[in-house]
Amino acid sequence: MGNSICLRKAKVNQKLKILTVSAEGELGRRIRDLGLIPGTECKVIGKAPLKDPVALRLKDFTLTLRNSEADHITVTPLED
Amino acid sequence: MASYTLGIAGNPNCGKTTMFNALTGARQHVANWPGVTVEKKVGHIEARGHSLELVDLPGTYSLTAYTQEELVARNFLVDERPEVVIDVMNADALERNLYLAVQIMELGVPLVLGLNMMDEVRKSGKAIDSARLSKLTGCAVVETVARNESGTRELLDAALALAEEKKGAWSPLNISYGPDLDPVLDEMTRMITEENFLTDRVPARWTGIKYLERDEDVVIKGRLANTALSDKLEAMAKEVGAHTQKTLNAQPDALIADHRYGFIAGMIKDVVSYPVLDEDRISRSDQMDKVLTHTVLGPLIMLGIIYLIYKVTFSVGEIPMGWLEMFFGWLGDTATNILPEGHLRSLVVSGIIDGVGGVLGFVPLIMFMFLMISALEDSGYIARMAYMLDRIFKIFGLHGTSVLPFIVSGGIAGGCAVPGVMATRTLRSPKEKLATLFVTPYMTCGAKVPVFLMLTAAFFPENSATVMLGITLTAWAMALIVARILRSTVIRGESTPFVMELPPYRMPTLRGVLIHTWERTWEYAKKAGTVILGISILIWAMMTFPQLPQERLDHYAQLRAAAQTEEQTTEIDNSEAEEAVRNTIAGRIGTALEPVSELAGFNWRVNIALTGGFAAKEVIVSTLATAYSLGELDVEEAQPLSERLVKDPQFTVASAIALIVFTMLYAPCFVTVVTMARESSWSWAAFSVVGSTTLAFAMAILSYHVAGAFL
Repeated sequence: MGNSICLRKAKVNQKLKILTVSAEGELGRRIRDLGLIPGTECKVIGKAPLKDPVALRLKDFTLTLRNSEADHITVTPLED
Repeated sequence: MASYTLGIAGNPNCGKTTMFNALTGARQHVANWPGVTVEKKVGHIEARGHSLELVDLPGTYSLTAYTQEELVARNFLVDERPEVVIDVMNADALERNLYLAVQIMELGVPLVLGLNMMDEVRKSGKAIDSARLSKLTGCAVVETVARNESGTRELLDAALALAEEKKGAWSPLNISYGPDLDPVLDEMTRMITEENFLTDRVPARWTGIKYLERDEDVVIKGRLANTALSDKLEAMAKEVGAHTQKTLNAQPDALIADHRYGFIAGMIKDVVSYPVLDEDRISRSDQMDKVLTHTVLGPLIMLGIIYLIYKVTFSVGEIPMGWLEMFFGWLGDTATNILPEGHLRSLVVSGIIDGVGGVLGFVPLIMFMFLMISALEDSGYIARMAYMLDRIFKIFGLHGTSVLPFIVSGGIAGGCAVPGVMATRTLRSPKEKLATLFVTPYMTCGAKVPVFLMLTAAFFPENSATVMLGITLTAWAMALIVARILRSTVIRGESTPFVMELPPYRMPTLRGVLIHTWERTWEYAKKAGTVILGISILIWAMMTFPQLPQERLDHYAQLRAAAQTEEQTTEIDNSEAEEAVRNTIAGRIGTALEPVSELAGFNWRVNIALTGGFAAKEVIVSTLATAYSLGELDVEEAQPLSERLVKDPQFTVASAIALIVFTMLYAPCFVTVVTMARESSWSWAAFSVVGSTTLAFAMAILSYHVAGAFL
């Protein structure tokens, strides 16, 4: 396993695996309800015109979140 | 013959509404869930000799009761105990959609799974073994494509069969939550069962899970039912939480979610097979996003689309609006001819037909606006607009989705706040929605334009275009600033998370868009017949009574008899009209307000016009004209009034600026207020009226004095 980085730092088109989700309360639940849980593989597929929020592709769907929300998620880059 | 209640649950964007429409046809009605503004849709149908009530639950990803939608959906299941729940799932994102299904299973309600959007699944080359899924979940599974109604009949049959079989009995699913939580949960379940704690409604284990999840709604209900036990359960949850935090660095709710997803992943492995070498299955949608949300192109295309919506609504919508105006004009003329002159005729023509007609006149605009917004919503584009604009709006405490109501209300001068306020429905977050509702009417709506045009033409004839542009920009600036202030005072609080799904682009179905448009339009039209009718009559009365005493009427009659020329007669008519207006309740209010309104440079005539503007901003120009005793004046050709204003020594350039500022910001028109109350609450609508008017007055005084000092 590679090093862990904050999701905010992830580059577009980089393949990632979620390591931890530290958000609690409403934000934490929303993140988990939408399927962002440790072990999930994802990819940043785009950033909004002002670089925030970012669009994230999971296996079956796409979702968006703000950089301030991405701060609660750590990921590890996956080798191709 | 039995009667069953069927709940229809599902994620947002899973085709749930399309399914509901397919199952119920036109036999449905829309209301709000009691106490909340979440839409409630119910349809009644008959099938296999049973009478069925289908309830469309709000779209949710979960039953955690964090949002109003989730709470509504959960309380419906617990309190109404439907015989069966149909979970409509986007089969193309089966894993995430099963997360809600698993929670419904944990509750134990008899469940039928509708694997919707199977056409997309097949197109992507993915295979779903629905028989296997049925075996693993223990639920009936039906493959459907709600858009072309394939499988919908079978889904209803499966639900009915289950209703007949189960007869309302619940059988909850038990999932293991791992070595840390399971022992505590078992202990909790034992204690709950022993004391029959809430067990008349929900399974004991479910209550235990909710205590572990620190679910406020359940905990509060629990405290009321059995304080001692509830305290014990809370303490147990807290203790295990502290333990898992230390050992696993996670709270129980996170662990529970992980295990649910683990349970789902175990099933999915056997059920879904992905095609080899298919990296980007949603690739077409992706390609579109590369262009539509591109750093430079994205915003440009968005501007184009907004402009198009705007253009179509106000150019195409104007045609049927003209027909309606003609119809009400004809109706007014007919009533004038039939009824004898007097109060009754005045009431019917000026009060009822003009008042209600003025409101119904907006119906075509609203229809076209919603036709296009519904189509955009269903296509998935609105979510992209929010995505692109969120960063800017976040600075002002709003949400990306707020841009739409702004534009519709007149962000480009000439909109209408009524459909604008209704467009705030696209905002799922309550705090941002309230703030947006409050400031949306500041935009330069079509009714304010004549006021601004008249004033700029009169006082800034050299550069009226620049002033109009300045007014529009000031409106935007004020709206954003006030939103910022509201969000840091009255509706303070964290911004709602922007964790949002970007659904793949889909072609909206004509039927869905039409039903959506019809529902919203009808809701608006209904209001015209009830509340607004009453208010129209009230305003009419205020502008009519009390009438001049007989001696004054006689006085004018004498003057008229003595008049030599046509001009003299007109002048006498005008001063009689002025005195009559000044004598009515509205006129007296205007006069009484003068000492205060003078601070902003408004005389009693302006006061009457502005008071009338509470009903509808359209009347400001015509009322001002009447008050300036020019008699009937066409709103479109305001020239004579502006000349008159320039000549009035009491009315200076500073007054004009103050009037522009006041008109821009003060209380929204009555129809908007009613719409606002429907979207939020009457107290919020009242706050908007009082708050905006106070702000408007303060700003008007400020601009009057600043302008007075410099000009």
